[in-house]
Amino acid sequence: MRTKCVSLFQLYLIGALAVLLSGFTWAAPETSTIRLATTTSTENSGLLDELLPKFKQATGYDVHVIAVGTGKALRMGSDGDVDVVLVHAPAAEQKFVDEGNGEQRLPVMFNDFVLVGPASDPAGIASAKTAAEALGKIADTQTVFVSRGDDSGTHKKERSLWTSASIQPDGQWYREAGQGMGKVLQMANELEAYTLADRGTWLAYRDKSSLRVLFQGDEKLFNPYAIIEVSRQKFPDLNHQGAQALIDWIRGPQGQQAIAAFRKAGEQLFTPSAGTLARR
Amino acid sequence: MASIAESTREALSLLFGGDPGLWEIIGISFQVSVTAILIAAPVALAISFLLAYGRFPGRRLLITVFNTLLSFPAVVVGLTFYILLSRQGPLGEWRLLFTQPAMVIGQIALALPILIAMGHAALQAINRRAWETARTLGAGYGRAVWTLMREARFGLLGAFLAGFGRIIAEVGASMMLGGNILHYTRNIPTAIALETSKGEFAQGIALGLVLLAMAFVLNGLLQLVQGKGRLAT
Repeated sequence: MRTKCVSLFQLYLIGALAVLLSGFTWAAPETSTIRLATTTSTENSGLLDELLPKFKQATGYDVHVIAVGTGKALRMGSDGDVDVVLVHAPAAEQKFVDEGNGEQRLPVMFNDFVLVGPASDPAGIASAKTAAEALGKIADTQTVFVSRGDDSGTHKKERSLWTSASIQPDGQWYREAGQGMGKVLQMANELEAYTLADRGTWLAYRDKSSLRVLFQGDEKLFNPYAIIEVSRQKFPDLNHQGAQALIDWIRGPQGQQAIAAFRKAGEQLFTPSAGTLARR
Repeated sequence: MASIAESTREALSLLFGGDPGLWEIIGISFQVSVTAILIAAPVALAISFLLAYGRFPGRRLLITVFNTLLSFPAVVVGLTFYILLSRQGPLGEWRLLFTQPAMVIGQIALALPILIAMGHAALQAINRRAWETARTLGAGYGRAVWTLMREARFGLLGAFLAGFGRIIAEVGASMMLGGNILHYTRNIPTAIALETSKGEFAQGIALGLVLLAMAFVLNGLLQLVQGKGRLAT
């Protein structure tokens, strides 16, 4: 009996040793790692899987991506928990910079938002002239609309669209999911509901969905992405060198070409825009 | 959407086709959770000993506290440590948020109450005379403690496995503290959450199968050890 217990104990020690020796990455790698807070759309669409290995090859930096909604990504930036943010909510970004949380906001790329819904289009938004009119039809017919409801860039855009349509959406038909874009597209699919989606995630998800793009092309649906380095002054000990390298690369010829070349289901998802001015 | 059968078939081919991304996630999951349980277990054992055999004021209250912590939701543990570990938080200087050590810390916090509550119950169940007998037979304190642990070993092992089972399958704290970073803090539960949100059910199913298989093996081991124990006594 005794020997067996001793052997159990020995097993425990061996196990402990094995784990400690197995190259466990204890220390947070410092200068060779960049922490990037970004939106679910850039990760879920597969864009970053395409860009970051190229960036690593060119510069040697590892990028740790934390994909959350734009609101949370900016919060992580203002708390100094990440080195750089790549998001898509111009007004919130400007506020972030104005409040001293970040350096300049620099355009990286853009795409647009689309209104998707069931192929039967019960609210008849396909014939609308503007995004506001389309939303008005959804509200009038009380057709189910799934909102991100998570303070993401897409959610902010959606709220501003309702405001511009002078509608205060509430009631049974307006459902705030509080989840990422992919999940919301699945919910809209299951509920045969409308939702607002960024084109990147939509294209990545389209084949798994019976929804259709029913309205697009309004200038109000423009969706610009910008990259912002977290403030050097506020957090001097962040990896600013790495953040700068990432910004330079993604806005340089290599990064911009890779963005333009990135395709999903044969379609280009993002248009590079580093050459343009930051646009509200 | 692909049918369940189709997704499952794809899942199996991902698993046994040796998809490196999948196995990396599995590796990270085990590394983090095994480390957490190995650190938590000795601490928990010491505390359960004190609770079971110590006599000090506040003992009952402590037992109640640990039993309450049993039902602490993983997301709340995650939130608590997120606030503590964030740069703006009291432990911000450690720079641990979104690292593997942060996940280990969260999982230790989740495992401790289970280990302590179940360990305490196991030790409590041992006849107190075992201790007295050992002492009268001339065993030193260390020796006597060892005797008790031996007596309670099945209960203790059960606690160990239950604790491990909880932390390797929990998503809330891992997601908040680790940040679900590819190649670094993406473990089985957070990967399942992500893949499901992308509508990629095959990988989610494959990883779920790994968790199920692991639970089966662990329980099988426990049965085996307990069976042998019964034969021997």
